[in-house]
Amino acid sequence: MSRRRRYWSVLRTVAWRNLHSVIRAPALLLPPLAFPLFFYMAFAGGLSTVGGLPGFGYYNYDAFQFVFVLLQSAAFGGVFIGFSIGADFDSGFTRRLLLAARDRSAVIAGYGVAGLVRAVLVWVVVFGIALATGMQVGGNGIDLAGLVGLALVVNVAAFLFAAGVMTRLRTLQAAPAMQLPLFMILMTAPIYVPRNLLEGWISSVAKVNPFTAIIEAGRSLMAGDPFHILLAFAAAGGLAGLLTMFAWRGLRKAEAAG
Amino acid sequence: MTAAATPALRTQARYLAWRSVIRTMRTPIVIVPPLVFPLFLLAINASGLSAATNIPGFPTSSYLAFALAFPFMQGSIFATNTAGTNIAEDIGNGFFNRLALTPMSGPSLLAGQLTGVLLIGSLQAVAFLAAGLAAGATLQSGVLGAFVLFALSLSIAAAFGAVGLFAGLRTGSSEAVQGLFPLMFILLFLSSASLPRDLISSDWFRTVATINPVSYLIEGLRSLVIVGWDPEALGLAFGIAAAIFVVALGLATLALRDRMVRT
Repeated sequence: MSRRRRYWSVLRTVAWRNLHSVIRAPALLLPPLAFPLFFYMAFAGGLSTVGGLPGFGYYNYDAFQFVFVLLQSAAFGGVFIGFSIGADFDSGFTRRLLLAARDRSAVIAGYGVAGLVRAVLVWVVVFGIALATGMQVGGNGIDLAGLVGLALVVNVAAFLFAAGVMTRLRTLQAAPAMQLPLFMILMTAPIYVPRNLLEGWISSVAKVNPFTAIIEAGRSLMAGDPFHILLAFAAAGGLAGLLTMFAWRGLRKAEAAG
Repeated sequence: MTAAATPALRTQARYLAWRSVIRTMRTPIVIVPPLVFPLFLLAINASGLSAATNIPGFPTSSYLAFALAFPFMQGSIFATNTAGTNIAEDIGNGFFNRLALTPMSGPSLLAGQLTGVLLIGSLQAVAFLAAGLAAGATLQSGVLGAFVLFALSLSIAAAFGAVGLFAGLRTGSSEAVQGLFPLMFILLFLSSASLPRDLISSDWFRTVATINPVSYLIEGLRSLVIVGWDPEALGLAFGIAAAIFVVALGLATLALRDRMVRT
């Protein structure tokens, strides 16, 4: 078997094992699905009056919040797969996998592919519910494809971060070390109102937060008025590139630890 | 053991309360997140939603003051987890079984378990109010209002702590108690925590917020900060906290009796 085929074989096996566990226990999909839905309901429903503020300047508050929820679920989808890596380290399964695989990065890539598939399933449900409850879409098919592409890059970047943390700490108990930094980056972006309506310290933080460029570009795609798309992809892709190094070095550390 | 040799109810409760306090103090992970996480969200919401004060009819010019009730409520929700997890752990590690062999009375056990929760509740109340005042919020009800705010906050913590006790006793599983946490969070977010009910434009959300008891608890806490003395809001908040406490404690007592029989 060629090296490439061996790589794909390991990747496919790890990804299928993870997805199979979701098929056997659909409850595993519940938290990644419930949280975006809940945030969408709470923010779009509870704060819709904010959409009428002078200077708000976005066509629909539901759509405004939907983009945040989509990108947030993309990021947390990556982290939820980190839970699987941690749990497999706790049970000793990941160590056995690393021993068995010739190219161990295929093991990590397998988890990543599973994370991507799970995230897409969640988006289909969330998008369906948002449309069914009256969310208006301003963009065309190409804009929406751009939005989904952005979410995919965010998912991969978040997964690489989670994989880097988990391969270093190798226990599910380290879950807060993945969640907290991500939570802080997400929450210090313009979540409730556009950047021009932010006041105080969060206005300064949002300016330098890379997630701001991503969320603003996502909202512009949803509205059908693309803006700073390259910047957003560069921010998300740049993060993913840096985090690939982080995950790769984490894998080397896990290998060294035995 | 004779009745004369059985320690009084108060003494029993004191021993268990002391154990609960020591246990809480020795576990920073139980204290730190309920203090830090609500303050972090307060900082984000107060700054991120400050533009909401421009909505016509918004009751105050400071969103920080409006949102100050949020961490008190969120901290109380952590009480459900703390109380429930503690008692479920006691069941899981056999401490409860050993306790059942002693003449310890049920009410002492429940009162003792709630003490650790109230300790965290007190720390939270002081920290949240101090942080709010330091950030520029003012208490319209004055110094006396601060004491009433503490009293209401502790009443709510006790009420949610009793809910946690019931869940812990009923299931005997700390994982099951942890599962309550998202549900409690949903109650918090589907309330009038972010905007006053009359300014929520989404009909379904306003209806949910109106039937959600957490809205009235938050409105009671908030009234002391932004209104001053609002007897209706305070009466509703104290009344609902007391009702939750009585019902949850009654259920916890029944669950305790049931578990004693099973033990």
